[in-house]
Amino acid sequence: MKPDGRPAESVPDVALEDIEVELFVRALQLGHGYDFSQYSPASLKRRVLQLVQTQQTGTISELTARLLHEAGFLQTVLEGLSVPVSEMFRDPDVFRTLREQVFPLLASYPQINIWQAGCAHGQEVYSLAILLEEAGLYERTQIYATDFNESALRHAQEGIYPAKEAQLWSRNYLAAGGSHTLADYYSARYELIKLDQRLRRNVIFANHNLVTDEVFCEAHLVLCRNVLIYFSDPLQDRTLALFRDSLVRGGFLCLGTRESLDFAPSAADFVPVDTGLRIYRLGPRTPAGE
Amino acid sequence: MGCSAGGLSALESLLAALDPQLPQPLVVCCHTGSANVDLLCELLAGHSTLPVIEAREREPLQPGMVHIAPSGYHLLVEPDRRFALSVDPRVSFARPSIDVLFDSAAEAYRDTLVGVVLTGANKDGAEGLATIRRLGGVAIVQEPGDAESPVMPQAALDHAGADHRLPLAAIAPLLNRLCLP
Ligand SMILES: C[S@@+](CC[C@H](N)C(=O)[O-])C[C@H]1O[C@@H](n2cnc3c(N)ncnc32)[C@H](O)[C@@H]1O
Repeated sequence: MKPDGRPAESVPDVALEDIEVELFVRALQLGHGYDFSQYSPASLKRRVLQLVQTQQTGTISELTARLLHEAGFLQTVLEGLSVPVSEMFRDPDVFRTLREQVFPLLASYPQINIWQAGCAHGQEVYSLAILLEEAGLYERTQIYATDFNESALRHAQEGIYPAKEAQLWSRNYLAAGGSHTLADYYSARYELIKLDQRLRRNVIFANHNLVTDEVFCEAHLVLCRNVLIYFSDPLQDRTLALFRDSLVRGGFLCLGTRESLDFAPSAADFVPVDTGLRIYRLGPRTPAGE
Repeated sequence: MGCSAGGLSALESLLAALDPQLPQPLVVCCHTGSANVDLLCELLAGHSTLPVIEAREREPLQPGMVHIAPSGYHLLVEPDRRFALSVDPRVSFARPSIDVLFDSAAEAYRDTLVGVVLTGANKDGAEGLATIRRLGGVAIVQEPGDAESPVMPQAALDHAGADHRLPLAAIAPLLNRLCLP
């Protein structure tokens, strides 16, 4: 078979592009204090190239130049690198298991603290609040919902989403064992739904960067789904250690259902509750120095 | 390897005709719409000459194994030739997207990569196949007239061209020739 003619343009130097990404990451770090150097390279590069397209800078180097010289451009870049994609009750089995197996144990604490790290547009925050409400636990729960993307946090506070999502989310809610209908918790107008703002009453939204910020609460449950998938092994490990140090003994950790802990030494501190659903519990403290 | 509508039966017959001695890792991105990747692996394993497993986050690609992209995530190959997942927005209405897999794999494997586009009803894979060719890899596209759904292979041919344009039955024998020493 005769091969078709290959495109005529010269082979673009991928190595050159990699250098540009590295310089871009350096600029972000030196110029603005945001460290993306330990994000997984394949996804990071894809997002940087997407920024080149949406900002029409032509090259990554030009993106770097604007990042350094143009006031306000940082926010655009951070939003481009963050991609706050989420769903309500994504993986309903996870939420069902939290409700059936984790909440009864949380119920023994007089005050329950939950840290939702990487909360994106808040879909999972409202999901949690609804389940806690239905389990009769919400009055004594404090949810800390954090992300490093300011505009995502604002969006999360508003709780407004496209109405076309409601169908899937309603199904998810029922599959998660919800005892009403999701429509009881939102009002629909035009093409949008707005979540009942009473669900927010025990939520604190805060900017927290998992790469650079420290422990800030004593949590009984940390929910951090589909965030560590973007981190390289050492950063994943460091973040798990941060969760460990934030959790009370016997506290719970819930990750995304396809995340792997096989390359993170800190995972040894956690005991599986449901391996398939990536729900873990902090085991007894290992002796200092280990 | 990427496929969509009609992809399941195409994959079954392709995997059945592969040489069991193939030393390379195979990665499959198929928009089946089924959420259950275990089931898909089991189904394909019933036909495949090579073991079929789910592509797992952070795991290296295994020689002589067929890796299946889990649904709901993009599957990427990192420069160190391990898998990564992302929940970035859909690309060409798909997650997993063949473009995302092909683009990243092309960078990791350069001219040692073979990309295959089979039957499908959308344009996913066309961009990625162009990347594979640009970086020196080999592009194989199923003859659209032979495909259950011709849109995807046709889009790949239009956008990226192909080094080999073949009916399904001829693709496994070509892979065997290309991949065996
Ligand atoms: C894909 S979303 C996950 C949303 C939700 N947990 C889910 O699984 O549906 C990832 C979120 O993590 C946030 N994120 C990424 N890196 C972060 C960091 N270093 N610190 C805090 N948040 C981060 C992003 O801004 C984004 O909102």
